[in-house]
Amino acid sequence: MRIAIPVEDKSMKSKVCISFGRTPYFLIYETATKEAEFLDNSAAASQGGAGIKAAQAIADNGVVALITPRCGENAAAVLKPANIKLYKTMNDSIQDNIEAFINGNLALLDDIHPGFHNHGGN
Amino acid sequence: MKIAVLSGKGGTGKTFVSVNLVAASSNAVYVDCDVEEPNGYIFFKPQELITQNVSVKIPVVDPNKCDGCRKCVEFCKFNALAYIGGKIIIFDDVCHSCGGCVLLCPQKAVSEKEKVIGKIETGISENVKAITGILNTGEASGVPIIKKLIDDISSNCNLNIIDCPPGSACVVMESIKDADYCILVAESTIFGTHNLNMVYELIRLF
Repeated sequence: MRIAIPVEDKSMKSKVCISFGRTPYFLIYETATKEAEFLDNSAAASQGGAGIKAAQAIADNGVVALITPRCGENAAAVLKPANIKLYKTMNDSIQDNIEAFINGNLALLDDIHPGFHNHGGN
Repeated sequence: MKIAVLSGKGGTGKTFVSVNLVAASSNAVYVDCDVEEPNGYIFFKPQELITQNVSVKIPVVDPNKCDGCRKCVEFCKFNALAYIGGKIIIFDDVCHSCGGCVLLCPQKAVSEKEKVIGKIETGISENVKAITGILNTGEASGVPIIKKLIDDISSNCNLNIIDCPPGSACVVMESIKDADYCILVAESTIFGTHNLNMVYELIRLF
């Protein structure tokens, strides 16, 4: 199963990024083979609609589940019809979240926020 | 002549200055470009109101014609389109109505629909003509309404006083783009001075 996590750097030791749409990279992880690749998030520099573009990239990469601290409503509107399940991160460690996901210990993300739209929000 | 009244910071007295300039003139037009919260009409109580809706163009995709080439998705600078499960998804609130997707679509599958985002009210108050732009609650940008307000006054040869929105963003740039003069209203606080400098820097660009 291909899963995706927004991450700060191109390393398994890096931390989870708090933003989905404007994260610098995505970790794309295949749970069956334990293969990891890092995807540059071209949406990060977008003037607007970063969540939409990032979600499109996640869908295009055949991801089945997205593990993220939070997700905006526009991104969710793209991820949902792509049948990508949303899970909420438990902490900022990539390894902890992958393990928890595999063991079925991650909760679904259901608090979709209305978006920050260039008004910050860390 | 067009005189724009702006301030950077809100609540400094833009409307106070604007309505008094208009009232002091014998034959002036008051143009309220603060479309998110217009309030100049409160002072003029304009009569014989004429209302016209302002709409923007939003793309619509004919699913029977779309072959999924994604040229529109890749083109859109604002990421207002996505292509998921063989279907285009359009985000109306993100769209800036540039029409690029319509021009670009090789299958001619994209057309446009009108979406009303607000209105312009024109009325008379003694010898003052008051024009008010009103953005509907929840809409993302008042720029199309301000554009229409400025276009509407471009041909008259009266004195036009443009009451601008606060700040120094797109809505302000749109309000002052055709102005002959700008009057900056400042509040004597650190915050007021800071924002005065910001709008001063902005108007130097025009």
